[in-house]
Amino acid sequence: MAQSPAVWLKERLPIDPVAEAVRHKTVPLHRYSIWYYFGGMTLFLFGVQVGTGALLLLYYRPSAGEAYESVQFIMTRVPFGWLIRSIHAWSANLMVAAAFAHFISVVFLHSYRRPRELTWMSGVVLLGLTLAFGFTGYLLPWNELAFFATRVGTDIASAIPLVGEFIVTFTRGGPDVTGATLTRLFGVHVAILPMITTTILLVHLALVQVHGMSIPPGIEKSLKEDGGAKLRAMPFVPHFLLREMFGWTVALALLAGLAAFYPWELGAKADPFKPAPAGIQPEWYFLWMFQVLKLIPPTIAGINGELIAVLALAVVGLAVFFLPFLSTNARRQRIVRSLGWAALLFMAFMTAMAVLTRGSAAQP
Amino acid sequence: MTRETGSRVPHRRDILDWLLGTSFAGVLGSVLYPIGRYLVPPEIPEAATQSVSGGKTTSLPPNSARIVPFGSAPVILVRTTAGEFRALSATCTHLTCTVQYRPDLEHIWCACHNGHYDLSGRNIAGPPPRPLEMFDVSVKGDDIVISRRT
Repeated sequence: MAQSPAVWLKERLPIDPVAEAVRHKTVPLHRYSIWYYFGGMTLFLFGVQVGTGALLLLYYRPSAGEAYESVQFIMTRVPFGWLIRSIHAWSANLMVAAAFAHFISVVFLHSYRRPRELTWMSGVVLLGLTLAFGFTGYLLPWNELAFFATRVGTDIASAIPLVGEFIVTFTRGGPDVTGATLTRLFGVHVAILPMITTTILLVHLALVQVHGMSIPPGIEKSLKEDGGAKLRAMPFVPHFLLREMFGWTVALALLAGLAAFYPWELGAKADPFKPAPAGIQPEWYFLWMFQVLKLIPPTIAGINGELIAVLALAVVGLAVFFLPFLSTNARRQRIVRSLGWAALLFMAFMTAMAVLTRGSAAQP
Repeated sequence: MTRETGSRVPHRRDILDWLLGTSFAGVLGSVLYPIGRYLVPPEIPEAATQSVSGGKTTSLPPNSARIVPFGSAPVILVRTTAGEFRALSATCTHLTCTVQYRPDLEHIWCACHNGHYDLSGRNIAGPPPRPLEMFDVSVKGDDIVISRRT
């Protein structure tokens, strides 16, 4: 007697245990539940990037002589090429924003605390990888803006004593930003970063399944005060998933709208023998750093100013990575919240300053 | 007797573990070493450029400048308001952007982080940590020649 396809599959795949686990998966309901959606949103936008990136690969040519022209070809000749490229560029921006919102919410809701240290650390690495995707992808159209952004971005490492010059040569594929840099960053963008990201992403998602959603300490405390009241929860499937999918649909509509009404510009082709154009600025998420580099004096107390900036960034990065081991009690959590606000305000202030002084060539 | 055997077995196992461990490290090293070396770009020796043509004097009016390729590096050739020619490295000493001449300020400016240099290459404002390298300029008839300072 012929078996139904469902029975045939059930015999060969662990469908029942997985379905059982999914049935029991719930999402806590409280006043901060909205923040649970940003991880899924980042994941969705990553999917958009993988899809549109794969499509762009069919026409893109990674060489200094052909890269700009191939992107121009995608934008002007390939049917819907403008749409695919613009969605890829806009989605990259929204993905950075979603990942950053996810990161900030985890900091402020202290979701990194025991036993979720590894989930946090893998998440910090994923945020760094997202920025690395942005940086490496930015050069690929080989336009003027990308050329100088890559020159500046890669040269920051030269401030590090002893190994700085080696790091610059290593990332550029030579002493200067040339076609070799383009090919190298292309390889990193489409092969190396996706490989590493996918692996860490799987670990991150597995850890989220193992530990479930974190409940903020404030909510936990008020539950205890209520005499051990139980927190309301929402089934993951279908309630939470459907709400997430609604968010993804909105994101997709937003991407389509942005791509249609604000197609991503290509600009002028990179020319190493042309000066950097006035008003040159990086993407919005690197603006604060750009402004810091602009303001920092050449030397501070006899030490290279740039080196101080790089060291400060490294110290902050390390502190963020090891945050779960530093923020171990309520008092320290309050300090983390204050420092978080200070960092956000600093970044917002620097970004605003960069935007307001855009194009104005200050007098010496 | 039992104790002796008990202590001998882990000892043998330790040696085997050590051998396996070192073999594994050896295999790992033999895989990672070539990959590491492959990732570091080889040095490509470039013939050192000593001098290049800066074009015709007539094509560069006073209080203007142009970028001239000097080998693979950009050099900025400036004609001052007094009509004098100056050539300087066009690579900003801050974060390697290519600088430009600002006729309104009558000096060199880097658009990336608002660095300013005077026409002797001195870093006069903004974040640049060092002056720009100067080149020699000689005019032969109508031709400008830029050469590296010895």
